[in-house]
Amino acid sequence: MRSLPRPPLERGGDGALVAGVASGLARHLGVDPLKVRLAFVLLTIAGGSGLVLYGAFWFVLPRHRQESAVRSDPLQLWAMGALVVGGTLLAGELGVLGLGFVWPVLVVAAGLGIVWRQADESSRARWFGAVTDQRSHWMRIAGGTALLLAGVVGFLASNHELQAAREGLVATGVVVAGLALMLAPWWWQLVQDLSAERRERIRSQERSDLAAHLHDSVLQTLALIQRRADSPGEVQRLARSQERALRAWLYARRDEDGPRLTFASAVEAAAAEVETDHGLPVDVVTVGDCPLDDRLEAMVRAAREAMVNAAKFAQVDHADVFAEVDDRSATVFVRDTGVGFDPGAVPADRRGLADSVVGRMARHGGSATVRSAPGEGTEIELRVERVLT
Amino acid sequence: MTRVVIVDDHQMFRAGVRVELGDRVEVIGDAADVESAIELIRRTSPDVVLLDVHMPGGGGKAVLETVASTHPEVKFLALSVSDAAEDVISVIRAGARGYVTKTISGDELADAIRRVADGDAVFSPRLAGFVLDAFAGAADIPVVDPELDQLTNREREVLRLIARGYTYKELARRLDISVKTVETHVSAVLRKLQLSSRHELTRWATDRRLI
Repeated sequence: MRSLPRPPLERGGDGALVAGVASGLARHLGVDPLKVRLAFVLLTIAGGSGLVLYGAFWFVLPRHRQESAVRSDPLQLWAMGALVVGGTLLAGELGVLGLGFVWPVLVVAAGLGIVWRQADESSRARWFGAVTDQRSHWMRIAGGTALLLAGVVGFLASNHELQAAREGLVATGVVVAGLALMLAPWWWQLVQDLSAERRERIRSQERSDLAAHLHDSVLQTLALIQRRADSPGEVQRLARSQERALRAWLYARRDEDGPRLTFASAVEAAAAEVETDHGLPVDVVTVGDCPLDDRLEAMVRAAREAMVNAAKFAQVDHADVFAEVDDRSATVFVRDTGVGFDPGAVPADRRGLADSVVGRMARHGGSATVRSAPGEGTEIELRVERVLT
Repeated sequence: MTRVVIVDDHQMFRAGVRVELGDRVEVIGDAADVESAIELIRRTSPDVVLLDVHMPGGGGKAVLETVASTHPEVKFLALSVSDAAEDVISVIRAGARGYVTKTISGDELADAIRRVADGDAVFSPRLAGFVLDAFAGAADIPVVDPELDQLTNREREVLRLIARGYTYKELARRLDISVKTVETHVSAVLRKLQLSSRHELTRWATDRRLI
């Protein structure tokens, strides 16, 4: 029997309760997470090695990669809470800790938990480039630290050692402040250097991207043009297609979630295709834009067919395309100033217009109007109402 | 004859335009950067300046803004390969009387220069598209000054026909109006574009900020 490859040994992922060690192990071993958890609990009760093992795994295992950026699972919170409360009460019962210590230790544990998990999450967010909410990040750190301090003070107070600790704390505080003053400029310099270096790296990355792009496109085209200098038509075609490509690269509206095919870009692409395949320069003007759906796609195909018709029959040196989309409808005009024809007496070889333009638009709930007369040029108007979701 | 100055940082392009225009206009000089352009225009005060949108030292906008204060009678026609909507719109708002792309033919360019010299506006299909875009969505945004902040239906119709590739003459025939009336509509649109403080225009420019 061929088994699937074993998933990598990672912690976290779906079903993580505390740090995801047990669920990660279970996924790797292919067993029920409950069994792994039980094993940890049993090992903990029998001598405490379960706790040590768990900590070691937590420290060593890499985080699971495909993970939703922000996850708030109440079950996880309860598991953590139960673990801390249970552990502390158990320690109290066993006499490891006096009962007076239980509550301070709980508070300290809660504070530590919040701060550590925050560090964990923010580093993850950095790795995956997710946006972190800066304010809640700092609020959580501040809250966790406050809990931590309260716990420590409570612990000392319950031991009646606050007075003694204060003198020690003052001395420590003075030393720490002195160290901080001494090291602050150095640390600040380090931070500055780091961010400067990062900026420089991003900049040089951008530069090399640009250089690569220019090399692949512009320089190649220029080389081709030099070799084809004796054929003006070919040179013009190369220059126009390169201009289009470069313009698209420079001015394309970029979405954060990657390139998305929109109505306007589809019309531009169709015009570029006709220009390349049929050698007819097409000037495109678009107003507004929206995502492409089935009807709009059909309309773009019909528009392309109309451009091809102009290239084949109109005997002109260029065509104009105007595409406009608003909330209610989308329209495309394909116009040439060529020989024109009588739409009432379409010759057999121009059935293409009736089938692939007028027919296609009708099938997709749109309309196509052909305006033409011999010697007057041709304009084809395509129109669909938009389906609003 | 119309006296023309060409301002563009590409020597090859300046030479090309001179040849294309031939003797239809009188090219009295050319300049390659913002400072020498300002100096040349102030010295010769031409009828029309053909102005590149993109130039080192602030671009065509810098020339326009400096010269307009001392020589308001000089007319500017922006000429560019740039299709960045906000660059084009900002040159128009700085006072240019029109915008054509560098792929325009010599005849059309000469015609556009004559029009600008006569005080009319010159809209290429692309500029018409930009303007329609800029004034789009009028229904749901507050309008400060309806005189300036909205296009009339007729103006929209004219802009759409220009964007569809109609020349002024074809447009006039199509709408059954005179070429003079077309020019009036287009000039009105240009005035709105230059004077409107429409918040939509700024939002529109930021929406399309490049790269």
